[in-house]
Amino acid sequence: MNHDSYPDDYIRGILNGVKSIAMVGASPINVRPSYFAFKYLLQRGYDMIPVNPGHVGKSLLGRPFVGSLAAIGRPIDMVEIFRSSAHIMPVVEEALKLSPLPKVIWMQLGGRDDDAAERAEAAGIRVVMNRCPKIEWGRLSSEISWMGVNSRTISSKRAPLPTQGMRLSLNRMSLGGGATTASDRAAKDRNEVS
Amino acid sequence: MNDRVPGFSTLAVHAGAQPDPTTGARATPIYQTTSFVFNDADHAASLFGLQAFGNIYTRIGNPTNAVLEERVAALEGGTAALAVASGHAAQVVVLQQLLAPGDEFVAARKLYGGSINQFNHAFKSFGWNVVWADTDDIASFEAGISPRTKAIFIESIANPGGTITDIEAVAAVAHKAGVPLIVDNTLATPYLIKPIDHGADIVVHSLTKFLGGHGNSLGGLIVDAGTFDWSKGNKYPMLSEPRPEYHGIKIQETFGNFAFAIACRVLGLRDLGPALSPFNAFLILTGIETLPLRMQKHCENAKAISEFLHGHSAVASVNYAGLPGDKYNNLARKYAPRGAGAVFTFSLKGGYQAGVDLVSNLKLFSHLANVGDTRSLVIHPASTTHSQLDDAAKVKAGAGPDIVRLSIGIEDKEDLIADLDQALSG
Repeated sequence: MNHDSYPDDYIRGILNGVKSIAMVGASPINVRPSYFAFKYLLQRGYDMIPVNPGHVGKSLLGRPFVGSLAAIGRPIDMVEIFRSSAHIMPVVEEALKLSPLPKVIWMQLGGRDDDAAERAEAAGIRVVMNRCPKIEWGRLSSEISWMGVNSRTISSKRAPLPTQGMRLSLNRMSLGGGATTASDRAAKDRNEVS
Repeated sequence: MNDRVPGFSTLAVHAGAQPDPTTGARATPIYQTTSFVFNDADHAASLFGLQAFGNIYTRIGNPTNAVLEERVAALEGGTAALAVASGHAAQVVVLQQLLAPGDEFVAARKLYGGSINQFNHAFKSFGWNVVWADTDDIASFEAGISPRTKAIFIESIANPGGTITDIEAVAAVAHKAGVPLIVDNTLATPYLIKPIDHGADIVVHSLTKFLGGHGNSLGGLIVDAGTFDWSKGNKYPMLSEPRPEYHGIKIQETFGNFAFAIACRVLGLRDLGPALSPFNAFLILTGIETLPLRMQKHCENAKAISEFLHGHSAVASVNYAGLPGDKYNNLARKYAPRGAGAVFTFSLKGGYQAGVDLVSNLKLFSHLANVGDTRSLVIHPASTTHSQLDDAAKVKAGAGPDIVRLSIGIEDKEDLIADLDQALSG
């Protein structure tokens, strides 16, 4: 894989395929990028697991922190590394000890370690580096276009609705005097005449 | 497998736009609304905290404006863009992110007269100090750099003379100094010149001109090239430092290679307020769909008219970079091979009075202070757009007393030539 430029289909395939994401370095501080990305991905339906040994015993948006990848205790599809480049290799080594292996290792925007990527790819793991999954989701859904960002995609198809079609609404305000509209009055008048 | 890169004309029609999810409307709807309802309290808090993408209030963003932003970002090859109320507003918002009071920026002396005015007076009152450089003398840009320099500003095709700036040479000076290069690409449009390909870090536009193209809507726009590292040397705290406006968020760390556009939106547009009307955004978007066709015609007409004037006995000189032998013809061939634009100047042997007479004799050209309209336009810069400059500065800006500026429209060129011919002999 050329890690300087990923085809959109590669990123799309990953975001569309994985269900569980362990985020190493997730922060409970709500102005940190890891918090932004964790919350966004959780809201998009991913099974998010915050990994941060400094916060074990607490939880992030209802998801309990775990201290290490090994401590998760169940298979995970993707490891997302929210650490600077110098701290990536030990996390990748830890991920390579998991059984089963994760399908994807993703290094956050600003994070890149080509040696670590090579080792992961040799084990059959797909790797993304120096990208943010929140930004990529926003870009490929064109949601990020609301911020004037160049999604580098175009489409002549109707954009999907955020929900599946129009729903019966139980909380619309109903207006009083429903029988007093002009057409109802006219019908009533006709009945009275005949 | 690499993703397909669409051509310029395809992007001019499609980029940023998609049929509306609710109604299926194919043209971009005009979201003429001030505000957008939140899903719930958490959604509102997420939007205000920059944690979610979405709409809050049209002063910060609007779905119609967003289509315009993405379209121009795509045409320029940038990562993101921000639409604002005018080209002047774009310049205020850009420099607010880069300069603190007491800082400096180096600007080319050949600029739109309104920009010279804005830099010399309004910006100086903010403590943003312009240092002027000679567009044709690259060493003068380097000489203008000081430890307080935060940016270099040039026009790709410079107003009023239609001169071409050596963008790559100025970019090299900027990057050696560790500052971004800002290029005003209004007169070229990305159809003729893509400054980002030549080293620009920020592109600004007056959308009012060729991009909108019909002389009906003001607008401005900022494109982020995504090329500049704002964290180096702590020179750009609006981007690299925790922002108290957003509880300590660092803009570059959070938004990566489109951080500058986000800073312009959430720190500039939000707090300074020059928002673009969604109706104007719609009109400008419609204009952009035909940008390639119009620019071809503008340039074809401008070349024919410059050749006509060049051969006319009443004309002393024609300054059009598209003419062989023009001082800027080599730069035009390098930077603008599709055409040297449609704004240029010429001087008359009869001097100031002949210029005044010409303007009054013309029947098809409109005498007004704009460029980049479908209609052909004429003005005498020395008495209008550049009137605030002293005589020496007028000459340096390419707006001497004998100079007449034309902006060539998309009418039939034979009719424009006939109008100029009768006016020159009248």
